[in-house]
Parts: sequence; structure tokens; C-alpha cells
Amino acid sequence: MSAADKQDAPQSALARFFDSDLWWSFTHSPVVMLAALVTVVIIFSAVFAPWVAPYNPFDLAQLDLMDSLKPPAWLEGGDPRYLLGTDDQGRDIFSTILYGARISLLVGFLSVIVAMLIGVTVGLIAGYAGGLTDTILMRIADIQLTFPAILIALLVDGVMRGLLPGSHENLAIFVLVLAIALSSWVQYARTVRSSTLVERTREYVQAAQVIGLPAPLILVRHILPNVLGPVLVIATIQLALAIIIEATLSFLGVGVPPTSPSLGTLIRIGNDYLFSGEWWITVFPGLGLIILVLAVNLLGDWLRDALNPKLR
Amino acid sequence: MTEAQDTPALLDIRGLKVEFPSRRGVLVAARDVDLSLQAGEILGVVGESGAGKSTIAYAIMGLIEPPGRMAAGEIRLKGERIDGLPREKMRKIRGKRIGMIFQDPLTSLDPLQTVEAQLVETMRTHLPISESEARARAVELLGQVGIPNPAERVKNYPHQFSGGMRQRVVIALAISCEPEVLLADEPTTALDVSIQAQILDLLRKLVRDKGMGMIIITHDMGVIAEVTDRVAVMYRSRMVETGPSEKILTHPDHPYSRSLIAAVPPADHRIERFPLVEYIEKAGDEQAKLDLSTHWLGQARDFGSHEETLLKVEDLTMRFMTRPSLIPSRRRYMTAVDHVSFAIRNGEVFGLVGESGSGKSTVARLICGIHKPLSGRIHFAGEELTAFTSRRAANHLRRQMQMIFQDPYSSLNPRMKVRDIVAEPIRFHKLASSNAQVRRIVSDLLDHVGLGASAALRYPHEFSGGQRQRISIARALATRPRFLICDEPTSALDVSIQAQILNLLKDLQEELGLTMLFISHDLPVIRQMCDRVGVMQHGKLLEVAETESLFTSPRTDYTRHLLKLMPRMKRAA
Amino acid sequence: MLFFIARRLAQSVLVMLTVALIAFTLFQYVGDPINNMVDQDTTLAERERLRQELGLNDPPPVQFWHFVQRVSHGDFGVSYRLKKPVAGLIAERFPATMELSLISAILALGIGIPMGVYTALHRDRLPARLFMTLSLVGISLPTFLIGIFLILLFGVQLRWLPTFGRGEVVHIGWWSTGLLTKSGLQSLLMPAFTLAVFQMTLIVRLVRAEMLEVLRTDYIKFARARGLKTRAIHFGHALKNTLVPVITIIGLQVGSIIAFAIITESVFQWPGMGLLFIQAISEVDIPVMAAYLLLIALVFVIINLIVDILYFVIDPRLRVNK
Repeated sequence: MSAADKQDAPQSALARFFDSDLWWSFTHSPVVMLAALVTVVIIFSAVFAPWVAPYNPFDLAQLDLMDSLKPPAWLEGGDPRYLLGTDDQGRDIFSTILYGARISLLVGFLSVIVAMLIGVTVGLIAGYAGGLTDTILMRIADIQLTFPAILIALLVDGVMRGLLPGSHENLAIFVLVLAIALSSWVQYARTVRSSTLVERTREYVQAAQVIGLPAPLILVRHILPNVLGPVLVIATIQLALAIIIEATLSFLGVGVPPTSPSLGTLIRIGNDYLFSGEWWITVFPGLGLIILVLAVNLLGDWLRDALNPKLR
Repeated sequence: MTEAQDTPALLDIRGLKVEFPSRRGVLVAARDVDLSLQAGEILGVVGESGAGKSTIAYAIMGLIEPPGRMAAGEIRLKGERIDGLPREKMRKIRGKRIGMIFQDPLTSLDPLQTVEAQLVETMRTHLPISESEARARAVELLGQVGIPNPAERVKNYPHQFSGGMRQRVVIALAISCEPEVLLADEPTTALDVSIQAQILDLLRKLVRDKGMGMIIITHDMGVIAEVTDRVAVMYRSRMVETGPSEKILTHPDHPYSRSLIAAVPPADHRIERFPLVEYIEKAGDEQAKLDLSTHWLGQARDFGSHEETLLKVEDLTMRFMTRPSLIPSRRRYMTAVDHVSFAIRNGEVFGLVGESGSGKSTVARLICGIHKPLSGRIHFAGEELTAFTSRRAANHLRRQMQMIFQDPYSSLNPRMKVRDIVAEPIRFHKLASSNAQVRRIVSDLLDHVGLGASAALRYPHEFSGGQRQRISIARALATRPRFLICDEPTSALDVSIQAQILNLLKDLQEELGLTMLFISHDLPVIRQMCDRVGVMQHGKLLEVAETESLFTSPRTDYTRHLLKLMPRMKRAA
Repeated sequence: MLFFIARRLAQSVLVMLTVALIAFTLFQYVGDPINNMVDQDTTLAERERLRQELGLNDPPPVQFWHFVQRVSHGDFGVSYRLKKPVAGLIAERFPATMELSLISAILALGIGIPMGVYTALHRDRLPARLFMTLSLVGISLPTFLIGIFLILLFGVQLRWLPTFGRGEVVHIGWWSTGLLTKSGLQSLLMPAFTLAVFQMTLIVRLVRAEMLEVLRTDYIKFARARGLKTRAIHFGHALKNTLVPVITIIGLQVGSIIAFAIITESVFQWPGMGLLFIQAISEVDIPVMAAYLLLIALVFVIINLIVDILYFVIDPRLRVNK
């Protein structure tokens, strides 16, 4: 009856991964593989933007105002040196997109990590401790969940601006990360709490209690590894959301400053040229943003279905 | 059962084969199944989990979930072929000519509709009757299935009925259009023993009164003995034997049926060991006797055997909050354990028996410190456990008591290798001096519970239920305990595996001189395992007696009631 | 029933007080309110007198109590930026935001729920797969980009629709509506669609997931085994059970539409509360921020209350005791 009879030697971790349903469903979905490829390429070229990008758009010495507002290379008046055209200051759009994606991804990843740390900790404690601790923590989460993440991010951002006048430019990214993280930790907390509630009643946890392990050890060694699956799914979906929120805040002018623009900032800058016909300044960063978010969302969607066999 | 050949059987299945294609190949859930059912007859389909019993019922109903499909065979209802009928025609047969009852009454009914609405909808789908006629009949049906006050209850929602009552409602729905065939898929498995008996009685009566034919699918030999006329035994998707119940229960032909029946614990006498069922799963070789003076398990057994009483429980009380609230006055509690006192002597196996919700498992969890009692005292090895304020202080005592849990699928951390699972208590209590020694002890323990040392590097999901329970036992032994709590250790296992595990526990108990608290709802198992037994109901301990005297001369009405419900199988002499 | 509603009302009051506390804390600790009211050459003595007058020297709980009293009378103070009473500023812009949100909500729910049900019931059919792919694209499109692309296409290239403002409005009492004029309706079209897309795709996915969950339950299997008609199973049993959890989520979504209006209003220069709020944030105009926050919280609380009552009506497990 058991798989143990079939094979003689236990498999290595790597072999198990390649034999898993997760890997199987990955290799059997071309869309998902494409999404993974796109994500990897974007992350790679963003991280190594200084080497990949043809120009450094923030090096004033490289800029020439004569090259400003050039359309994409294949259009009339285009310059083959600037594939996707240039903006009002003569910066190469393609390069600014790569540098912008760097900021977007940085804020996205950092805020997901911070939110995950807060959320997982709160969820584990609430789920394991139960009682009053649980009630209070979850009440707070419920109230916060009533309000959309974007509103909370805006509010935190506004408050931080008020608290840290002047120094804001330098702290912009930090403020943004905190704002997005504080607006999204609830998702992790609720999921981890409900999984912890389930896992807590599982007999392996009781077995650990009978052995005499103290609660923190049980939480970290036994419960945490078993509640991480859904956290991974949320983290992927939240990464897409965090990138969108960052872009939105930057677009609204309360995100990262124009000195180190993210994709959202670029779109905001380009938006002013929309009516004068220089559409490429907006459209290409916009497309870049959509492709990045769509690829991450596709991965998240696949991961959710693949880790939740009920849905198949 | 000599039927004239010219009248076709009520239901006739020939050469049925059901397949579920998956990426790891085609899983055949049932093959070469031949069955026939006559009107007024109750046919049992028995087999262990995964044997393909339920698949037959779904195939008859035409409800096999895709991608599963019926790959071969034919199904005839009164001679007319019904497999492969167009969807709409098949729908008209379901509920009208063939009714079906599911296992879990708590989830079988639409929670948002009244019982009446569901009954009326079903009848008006199949029968040409008016709304008011259907309503009148709904009340009548509820009366027939034994629901008191049917005219009023018919207006209720499912959540207002208890589990047993809900199963009656499900039965009423299944028979509302007077089907010729009734399929019951484990209809009593989710219910308590006393309710089980009532539901079986009801089903038998309905079949006799209405002249239906019924197929009852179960893993429980007691149910088979109780109600069926004929039995079909399934083993690994094949039907290995069919015949009159009387004969199969006493003189089975097929070796599998024989071993299956031999593995059922006898209710009327005590046996030394269970006959091993080699047919299913390697039971593990007989273990060489351990020499405790040299073996690791024998080391540091400094606790000696001087105390007469190892565990004493006094006035133990525990309650659960059933409705949490920030306001104390709005909280609701359920008393799970109500002033329970008993003592366990050194070296004995003490049983606790009772229906679900009687508080027996809670007692176990209070003793080993998973729950905290509201009041009362627990003494272990001469020290008062309940007097310790910190966990750490009681660790040296906790190490001496371990627990084996009910559900082999949840009692092992799925993310840990078997080696780490078994090694965790050794490392935590620092019972070994080096990693190499830990590893040696783990393989020794795994070997000793009949798994073989190679199991250490695998993950729990690679093992079957019985094997996992062996891993649990190895983990429990790893602290070198003197007191072992077994909480329904075999109730999630198939009967043949149960026999192996019970044998193993018996051997270990003798070999290591363990004291045991053995908890079960299953009286025959209790009779085989325990020296003394306590009977619990609603959190109270009703009586404590020597096992044999409890079975032969029970003192309380409740014990007599439980004994009466205990399924008894006639056996070959 | 009465007890249930009373409890929910009490919870709502608690939520409002929490939000009021946040708003109050903003006033108290973010920036100095006096600095924002006076100019450079006000003397220290005058400042102190003003502090005393405004009660800024009272203990914080007393100040909070006064704050709650003022706010419940609709007095949110004066905007630092526009030097006008906040209540008036909000009232002017309230109808614009509400009309936009309402039309979007109708779009999102009216299209989203049927699409969700369809994709759940026929999940292997081609249109269902297409809808699912579209919905994934939908949640990947930031709202402001939808707006920008729409403007680029219909406003700049095709010149069919106006790209900013509300068009002509008609005043009915204090309420101004753009629903009664042609230019008002034209102006509404793009913003309403922009705002609806994201929520709509979320609703499609939520309804689909919930419905698939319900379709797997035992009572649906039992309904099939009783030979009920497919339509009856899908729409009589499955859909109704799907709606119970979905209603809560949809309540939240309708709430977020009002909040997401901030972005849409910003893209289309729609003269609503969101635009006011975003300007307040960049200028740290605390009174406006606080007032907006309280108003939004109030709207959310009301929506939640309605959702709870709906829940109560639909689910007998809450309504009928054992």
C-alpha cells in the first residue's frame, strides 16, 4: 500500500522536488514557465541595471538636452541609440525603466518581507495562545481589514511625512516600505492564525507537548514549517500588490521622489506629456509595470492552485 | 435465495471496472466486480479503506467524479441497462429508483433550507404531486424515520437537529420517492455506538416494510453481522468473495476474508494474541526478546517498582470554553471531566471506555499536561504533578510518561524525517551523549517496532497508517518511559492492522514492564488489552472494575447498555 | 435579532471611536496645530493664549472628548491649506465621489457576480478560461494605468470622451449631479469604468473560488444523488450557499471602491473627496485628512452594518437557535 515499498532508498531532497506535483504542474504549463522566465529576466536586469542598461540616466554627464523627447527608434524622428525613445531631459526610456524596476522591486520585496515578519509572528502568537490575546489581535486585524490597503498606505505615508518633515527625501523608500508593510501584514496574520489553529490541534503538536518542549520551540520547529505553504502563496500575490501600491503612491506623488524614480514615478512624469503627443514616456514604463505584475500574479496563481490540490 | 432465472435481479452488476487516470498512471479503483441484489434483500459490501467499496455505489449512481470513469462492465436495474444512459435519463433514476445515503449526516444537508423545503423539492422533482401533497408527505416521512413531533420539526433547519436525527432526515430524503434500491455508504460510521444501532434498526425496518433492496457499504464487521443477508468482500479493488453473511462470518473461503474476520477482536473472551494477518502488509518479524540489562531502553530505569500505585488522579475537573467572549459573564463552558478519581497500579493496563464526548481523551490530556485541570490533583510516582508551577520543573516526571495518539496521519509532523521525529525527545531530554549514539538508538527503536532502520531517512507520508502508528510508538519509547498513555491507538486503523498494533503494544508492555492507560470506545479491544477498566459518561467516571467482571457482571445501567450494543459476531468454533 | 443588531451597533461605535482616536492623534502629534494657524510674527504670549482657548493645555482624554463632540457636530476645523472650513469643502465634493463610486459598484457587481458564477459552473469551457485569463490581467493592471490608457485612446487619439472633470452638473438642493446632463454622463463613463475594473476582477475570482468550494460539499453531492435538476442544484442550493460568505467580501469591495476613487479622481481630475484627500496628504493638511478618514470610516461602518443584517436574513444558522 505504501510508497515505501516501491523504492529501496529514500530520495534526496532535490529528487523529491523534481518528482513533486509542484514541479510537474510547473513543467506542464507553458504560461507559467513563461511567467517565471519573464520574472527572472526582469529581476536580473533590474538588479544588474548599471551593467545591463545602455545608459545611466542619472549621470548628468551622459545627458544631452538635444536628445530630449525623441520617439521610439522605429518611428519617424526616432534615434537608433534610444530604442524606446527619450524623456524631456533626454534620458533613455529603456534605461530609466530598468532603473525604475530596480526601485519598484526593492520596495516590493522589502515591504513583503517586513509585512511577512509582522504578520507571521502575530498569526503564530494569536493562533497558539488563543483566548484574550487572540481576540484582541484579531479584532485589530479585522478593523484594519475593513479599510483597503491603499488607504492605509496613504495614511501611514501622510503621517510619516508629518512626523519627519524635511528629511523626507532620503527616507522616502523607508517610509514607503513601512506604509505598504503596515497595510498588508493582516493577510499573513489571518492566514497563519487560521492554519495555526488547525495545526495546534494536530496530534503531532500534542506529542511535542508531551515530550516537554516549550511553546516557542514548538511554534518554531513544528508549527511554523507547516503553515508556511499558504504564506508563500500570499507573499507572491502580495509582491504583485506591493508593486502596484508602490507605483500608485508614486504616481499620486506621495511615493519615491523623482530623483530616484520608480516605474510609478516615471508614469507620473510621463503623464504630463500625454496630451502633447509624447505618449512613449508614459506607455513604456506602464507596459513594463503591467508585464512585471502580470508575471508575478501568474506565478502566484499557479502556486496557489498547485499547493492546494482541492482546486484541481 | 433460489430465484427463478427468468425474473431479472433488482440490481445486477457484471464485470464493473472503474478507473481514475492520473499523471502517475491509471488507478483502478474497482475491477471485475460482479454483484446482484434482490428485492427485500440487504447486501453488505465490506472491505478496508481504499478497497474500492464506495466506488461501486458511485458507479451505480452514475456519479463518478471526472476524470474517473467506468471503463468496463454493465449495470442493470430490473434487467434494463442503466450505465451510460444519457445524463437526463440517469438523473430521473437517481432519487426516484435508486436512493443513496452518505456517511456524514452533518454535511449532507443544505444548511440554508428547511428540511421541508428539501423534502418537497426532491419529491416534486420526481413525483407528479402538488405542493401541499408533498408537504403532507414530508411530515409523514419524518414520522416514518422516527423523528418525534414531525409536523413541527419539518419546519426546522438542519443545524437544529442532532447528528443521529440528521441521519434520519437524510434517510427520509433518500426514500422520499420510494426508490427500489437504497445505497448506504458507511451510514453509521460518523455516529456514536448507541445511535448506530438505532439507525441500523431503522434501515432494516424500512427495507423490510417497503420491499426495497439495499446495499450497505461498510468497513465494520459488526454492521455486517447485524443487518446483512449476504456479503461481498472487497480487497484491493477486487471482489474476493460473495456469499450469505452467516457463512462468510463463520466459514469464509478466501484467505483474505479469513484473516479479516480473524482479526476482529472477540467480544466474549480474552485471547493471548491476535492471529496475524500476513495477507495484507508485512507484520514485521517476531522480535527477539530484549535483554533489558544491556539494552539502551533498559538503562536508567532507576524508578524501580517499589510504589504500589504509579498514578493517582483525585477529583479531576476540567471545562472547555464553548463561547469565548471578552465579557466573562457571556462566556459559556462545557464540563468535559467532572470530579474524576482513580488510581493505576504499577505495571497494569488500565482501560477507560466511553462514547465520544465522554471525556476519556481529556483525562489523558490532563494527565500528560496538554490541558490544565480546573481543579483536582494528579500524583505520579509519588510526586504531585499538579503542584509544579513550571513546565521545566516537572520535566523529569513528564519524561517518564508518553502518549500514543489516535490519528496516525496527524500525529507525526509531515515536515520532519522519521529520524528527527524519533530523535527529538532523546535530544531534548539529553538521553544520549553524542549524535552517533542518537542515530544508533533511533535505528534500534525503529527496528524494534518492526519498521527496520531504513525508515529513518524517510518522511511520514511515505508510510501507511499502521506503519505510522509504529513510528509513533518508537517516538513514545524514545524517552524510556515507564507509563504509556494510548488514546484510541487503533480506532483509525483497519481491523487487520489493528491486530498487529495491539500485539506490538502487548509485547512491549510485557517486555518493558510498562504501565498503561488504554483509552478506547471499542469494548472488545478493551477486553483484549486491559486488566482493569473505568467506564465514563458525560465527563463522570461511573464505575471501575476488573475487566472480566465488568463484562460478566456490570454494575451500572450504562455499562449494561454499552455491553448490549456491542456487536457480537458468531464465529466458527 | 435586536440583540444581534445592538451588538453590531456597539462594535461600529467602537470602530468609529478608534478611528476618531487615530484622527485625534494626528492632530495632536503631527505638526503643531498652532503653527498652522498663526503667522510668523505672533508673539509667544498670544500663542499661549490661543493654546488655552483651544483647550490644547487640557489633559489628552479631555481634549479627545471635546474632539469627539466637535466632530459629531460636523465641525472638523479649518483646512491648513485652503483656509476654509473642512466640512464645507467635503460637502462640496461628496456628491461627485458618491456618484462615481455608486456607478462603479453597480458595474463591478452586475458584471462580476454573473461572470464568477459562470466561470465556476463551466470551468472547463472556453469562455470561462478566457474570463479567468482576463481577470488575471485585470488584477495586474494598476487602476491609474487603466485610466491613462483610456485617456490616451478615447481622449487623445479618438477624441470621443472628455478626459477630466465632471462636465456639466445640475444642483438639486446641496447635491450636485452629473447624471442628468449629456456631458456629465460622458465625463462619468471613463472614470466609472476605470474604477470598476479592478474590483470587478476581484469579485469574479472570489465568487468563483467560493462557488467551487460549495460545489465540492457533501450536500451538493447528496442533491445530485437525489436526482435534482442541475439548474436547481446550481442556482437553488450552490449559489445561495456561495452568497453567504461572498456578501461579506462584496461589502468590503464596495467600501474599497470609495477608497480607490482617490486614484481615479486623481487621474481624471474628478472634483471629489479623493482628490481633496490626496492634495491634503502631500501638504500634510491634517484637518482634511482627519475629516476624510472619519467620513470614509463612517461609510464603511454603515456598509458593514448592512452586510451583517443581510447575513442575518440569509443564514438561518444565525437567525434560528438550536
